[in-house]
Amino acid sequence: MLLGTPFHARTQPLNEAQVWRRWSGYLAAGAYELTHEREYWAIRNAAALIDVSPLLKYHVHGPDAARLLDRMVTRDVSRLGVGRVLYTPWCDTEGKVIDDGTITRLDAQRFRLTAAEPNYRWLSMNAVGLDVTVEDVSSQVASLALQGPKSRLILNACAADSLDGLAYFRVTHTRVGGVPVTISRTGYTGDLGYELWCDARDAVAVWDTLMTAGAAYGITPTGILALDIARVEAGLIMLDVDYTSAHVATIPEQKSSPFELNLGWAVDLKKAARFVGRKALAAEKTSGSAWQMVGLEIEWPNLERLFWEEGLPPRIPNTTVRASIPLSSLGRQVGYASSSCWSPLLKKYIALAHVEAAHAKPGDLLMFEIMVQHKHRYTPARVVPLPFFNPERKRE
Amino acid sequence: MANNYDAIVIGGGHNGLIHAAYLARAGKKVVVLERRHLVGGAAVTEEIVPGFKFTEFSYVVSLLRPEIIRDLELPKHGLTILPLPSTFTPMDNGDYLAAWDDHDKTRREIWRHSPKDADAYDAYSRAMARMAMAVKPILSMIPPDPTSLSPKDLFGLLKLGGHAGSLSEKDFHNLAKLMTMSAADLLEEWFELDPLKGTKSASGIIGTFLGPRSPGTAYVLLHHYMGEIDGAFRAWGFAKGGTGGISNSIASSARALGVEVRLNASVAHVIVKGGRAVGVALENGDELYAKTISSSLDPKRTFLKLIEPRHLPDDFLTAIKRYRTRGSSGKVNLALSELPDFTALPGVGPLHRGAISISPSIEYIERAYDAAKYGDLPARPYIDSILPSMIDPDMAPPGQHVMSCFVQYAPYHLNGGWDDAKREAFGDSVVDTLAQYAPNLKRAIIGRQVLVPPDIERITGLTEGNIFAGELALHQLFFLRPAPGYTDYRTPIRGFWQCGSGTHPGGGIMGANGRLAALEVLKG
Amino acid sequence: MSTKYDAIIIGAGHNGLTTAAYLARAGQRVLVLERRDVVGGSVVTESPWPGYRVDTLQHFGGLRPDIVRDLDLARFGLTTTRVGLTALQPGGGALELGSGGGARAQAIGAFNRTDAERWPAFTALMAKVAGFLNEVYAAPFPRVPQIDAAEAPALAQLGLKLRGLGKKDMIEAVRVLPMSMLELLDEWFESDLLRGALAARGVHGLMQGPMGAGTAFLFLHLWANNDSLFQTRVKGGAGALSEALAQAATGFGAELRLGAEVAQVKLSGDRAAGVVLANGEEITAQRVVSALDPRRTFLGLVGPDALDPEFVWATQNIKLRGCVAKVNLALDGLPTFTGVTDAGLRGALTLSPSLNDLERAYDAAKYGGLSERPYLEVSLPTLAEPGLAPDGKHLLSVHMQFAPYRGEQADWATRIEAIVVNALAQLAPDLPGRILHSQVLTPRDLETRFGLSEGNLYHGEMMLDQILFMRPLSGWAQHRTPIENLYLCGPGTHPGGGVSGASGRNAARQILKDQKA
Repeated sequence: MLLGTPFHARTQPLNEAQVWRRWSGYLAAGAYELTHEREYWAIRNAAALIDVSPLLKYHVHGPDAARLLDRMVTRDVSRLGVGRVLYTPWCDTEGKVIDDGTITRLDAQRFRLTAAEPNYRWLSMNAVGLDVTVEDVSSQVASLALQGPKSRLILNACAADSLDGLAYFRVTHTRVGGVPVTISRTGYTGDLGYELWCDARDAVAVWDTLMTAGAAYGITPTGILALDIARVEAGLIMLDVDYTSAHVATIPEQKSSPFELNLGWAVDLKKAARFVGRKALAAEKTSGSAWQMVGLEIEWPNLERLFWEEGLPPRIPNTTVRASIPLSSLGRQVGYASSSCWSPLLKKYIALAHVEAAHAKPGDLLMFEIMVQHKHRYTPARVVPLPFFNPERKRE
Repeated sequence: MANNYDAIVIGGGHNGLIHAAYLARAGKKVVVLERRHLVGGAAVTEEIVPGFKFTEFSYVVSLLRPEIIRDLELPKHGLTILPLPSTFTPMDNGDYLAAWDDHDKTRREIWRHSPKDADAYDAYSRAMARMAMAVKPILSMIPPDPTSLSPKDLFGLLKLGGHAGSLSEKDFHNLAKLMTMSAADLLEEWFELDPLKGTKSASGIIGTFLGPRSPGTAYVLLHHYMGEIDGAFRAWGFAKGGTGGISNSIASSARALGVEVRLNASVAHVIVKGGRAVGVALENGDELYAKTISSSLDPKRTFLKLIEPRHLPDDFLTAIKRYRTRGSSGKVNLALSELPDFTALPGVGPLHRGAISISPSIEYIERAYDAAKYGDLPARPYIDSILPSMIDPDMAPPGQHVMSCFVQYAPYHLNGGWDDAKREAFGDSVVDTLAQYAPNLKRAIIGRQVLVPPDIERITGLTEGNIFAGELALHQLFFLRPAPGYTDYRTPIRGFWQCGSGTHPGGGIMGANGRLAALEVLKG
Repeated sequence: MSTKYDAIIIGAGHNGLTTAAYLARAGQRVLVLERRDVVGGSVVTESPWPGYRVDTLQHFGGLRPDIVRDLDLARFGLTTTRVGLTALQPGGGALELGSGGGARAQAIGAFNRTDAERWPAFTALMAKVAGFLNEVYAAPFPRVPQIDAAEAPALAQLGLKLRGLGKKDMIEAVRVLPMSMLELLDEWFESDLLRGALAARGVHGLMQGPMGAGTAFLFLHLWANNDSLFQTRVKGGAGALSEALAQAATGFGAELRLGAEVAQVKLSGDRAAGVVLANGEEITAQRVVSALDPRRTFLGLVGPDALDPEFVWATQNIKLRGCVAKVNLALDGLPTFTGVTDAGLRGALTLSPSLNDLERAYDAAKYGGLSERPYLEVSLPTLAEPGLAPDGKHLLSVHMQFAPYRGEQADWATRIEAIVVNALAQLAPDLPGRILHSQVLTPRDLETRFGLSEGNLYHGEMMLDQILFMRPLSGWAQHRTPIENLYLCGPGTHPGGGVSGASGRNAARQILKDQKA
């Protein structure tokens, strides 16, 4: 039996279809209702409450805590102030991404690192010679994402302190429903949103408080299908879907550097600390990357025409497709889309794609493979800047 | 000359049968001569206690080559390999460690004991799978003779060199390390949990006369990962009907291809005329003749018992004489009225459908080896058990069970020699050890069969009861197995071939030896 | 950047000095830094008691003949003598293998006739295989499997040399190297005493029993080092060898500073730029060459911060399990070893009565315990050279195995002395009464005194997975390191442990070659 998260007592009865997905060994709801549509709109229009407890969480503390993280990740942790959060990838020696996540500086010598995959061993390997303790607190810390335009109002209605002053990628400690909660202004939706971190034993109390306070604002328990659409719109990549961890890849071709994942902005070659992969990344920065992650918009008219020719209305999946879709240019394959979905908000068929660097300029036209009435077809798709959707409210 | 055959195959074990089937498939008229009343050699299932079928010697399918299963259409002839999904290791502190059939479940189980090892487990598995990929081509390669300048051997060396050259530096080095390290040293690089290291190290010592701290034992750990790269094919499992089920399916396939399988036909010696093997003489005085003779018996038995020494060069004889075959393991097969109930995880559960390993630590196994290396019986042996009746209900009467226990170490050369009392004492030590973890076991036993190396030798013919027909030591592998210059299944006698586990790539129910040898024979 | 030195050598052990001498001879400006006040590292002769010159750790040793020749060490007073090997029989008697000539087979014959007959063939084969190893040891090991064009000829040459052994011997070489001493000796000999004496060489300094695979390799490695089964004694004590090397090095212009402990390798980016001494002094150089063991060099002097985590992990996993304790005794007279001739006493004495005895001694150590019936290698240097002790006094020097580093307890020095004296008393009953002074060095003491990680004599166990292209670490067998301009020259590198100077010389070659490139 897979584990239920600390919120399982609440999420289990809400799951109408009782269909669960697997997330790091936990049960996670794909959707609570029989279709995820309303949950998606809660993210963009009201407030979605998402159980993200299966995320891996590590506490890193001790005099050398900052040194350890700085040595491991590509961004400068030494300059991260207390109460701040940063998003960063981390790499192997060859500068290929192992995983990505956020680092929160809880106090001078205490950090929380989130990750998609287990990283305890990698943290330990990087900690040799340092005075630092690493703890896997994944099962002790419950986490909820409250995402959407109404999220702040809900928190202000139930938290001991106002969230008005909490800037993007900052963290604060307060109480919700009488229990201590750490709230960060972060998320995986590209919208205004917060993530709440509390002791697993307090999880249900926090859930109940939020649901009660949120009722007036349309709070909606939301599963990972809706989240998966929102994160593609936000241009956020996902491990095992949009890239393979360098630790898991069997062949070099399966690995990606941060530059190739559109994360060049998160590589700080000038930071003081020597970090894993720096040499390779510096070289790649000089010589250029072979691949580039881009946003794609599949052009509608042609797509529609291909279906009409078969006598069908256009049919595209209503959830994010986490499968590789070939992309070609002049008959030669030049890349693949790794996540693609219909954006209900933008009314566009969009994708995150890996393409050869020569085809990564916004405006470049590529051919996107689709299946029309059991036949392979290609339809044009245009390279666009990421993210697809980036509302002002996210940061303001 | 009457009763002429194209080929005579001595020994109806799985390699002999596979060898015969491949020859017959190529249109040859083939006879297999088996000394016993049933085929299978060490892969036999017999009803020793009425109603209870014991998979007597070998008990799991390790690496049976998928191409053999396909070529010989074994599923059509009854082969069904059922999953053996878990490993359960009871610990001395009353807890247990298990590896289940699901990654998340296993991870959580290890995490319960050690978060560090839970992470390392995945990394280790990936590293081993990579190594398995690197080794796999070597297993299906006929070892070249590095001293020879013949085009064939030079080509083989090039191929080998090319393979090595195609590996990344990191993989090549890891492989070289793996070939030479001890299982204990390798595992200690990765893990801290005693029962995890103990159980993993055990697969490095099975069938060898070595302890987990002996260099050279790490390599065998790879075998566990070979199956994972065979795609969907489940390489580790339990054959329906026990390992005898495999033998019967191969025999059935062979017969369908026209092979004549003669039981109760013990070969006394090979008839050599003018430096060429022309036939065999049976114990009953019959003589059979054929263009080629292949022996699936172990090298010592083949060359020291079936062939007069004058037909063999001195160097070769010396090599065969010093070929090491120390038997180190025994088997205890139990007929049970009920399932063993483990105090660490009471009740009937998935643990009963997998392997139950008595290997609480590396030190536990090493101490068992310490006793054996001086010719003594360990007080507490390493035991790998399965309950075949939980996987295939036909193995025991309804509601009752059979338990197969592989035990190490049981030295062939026991101080003072083996006798009935010592055999029973050995059986008792196994039951006592298991009963420490599953106290109801003793009262559940309806019947038992204890097999120690001399029994294995007597029944299967394997010299010194060595289950791999020769120790898997570094100096007895690849182009040294069984003797330098004769690793391409040929022998110093024209028309006489070897096709058993004593050749490359070694023992286990792999079948590669029999098949590769057949392909060589067919080349002429 | 202009610096005073082309190379700084960290550690004035015999390998560090050898590298220094070769580099200086090639015209390089070399500075050797030694933590102690005496050169030699573990090849050192000191005076713990007035009037005595004691080989603190190593009591035998020679250098590769080509090094002696190249550096003209005879000119600096290096004189060595080949000594015999005598296997002591508890309860009296011995098998004296001598050190040359035909007497050996006769001596063996007194124990076992078949063994005596096989002896010449055995030694001939071993000499051939060891000779081949010596060829392999003459240069840094090529990088495999992707051999670059510059190194291909070297590898091809090794291949030819292996083939040059002839078909039969070539197979034998390949077959024998990974064997255990048990497997090897089972093929040749029956006599327990002979098997024990030979097997002992296969486990000397190694945390393995003779039943462990690869012990035959160590046996052959030590044979290759000595160019013989028999070891050599240095006139004036083992330290005289280091002194000669130091003089040669300084003679070629190298500068030597004693009492100069290096605290860290100074980095400039990913390059080594010099060293920082424990007293804070910084010295820059084009290259830094460490003669310390790889673990101490990388984790101690460079620091994990500057290295990749996988490399750090690999370094942590270098097996360095020290298992030798050293016992030095000053005696007020020569003890009576019954049944051993004077000639026998002048050589190496081994107490390893049978292969099983060795294995049992290892068994105890495997679980962290001390062997009560240890394996001893004994030297009585004052027989050949009375000047090493005051008139009428003698020295007795013992390597005791197994004393596992990882099991060491506070009382081990006392216990080890008692165990050694007790074992020796079985052979020379008057010995305990003759002891004037004693010095015991446990593996932890060796670590503290000589800087040997875990007290391992070889800077890394000489096991099959830590030799050739895997020494010190996979991918780094050419003396180079992940830190540019930082080199290793100690026995932790190929070809490895024992007193031979090969690692030091090969390192110098590699450095000079890299500099040209």
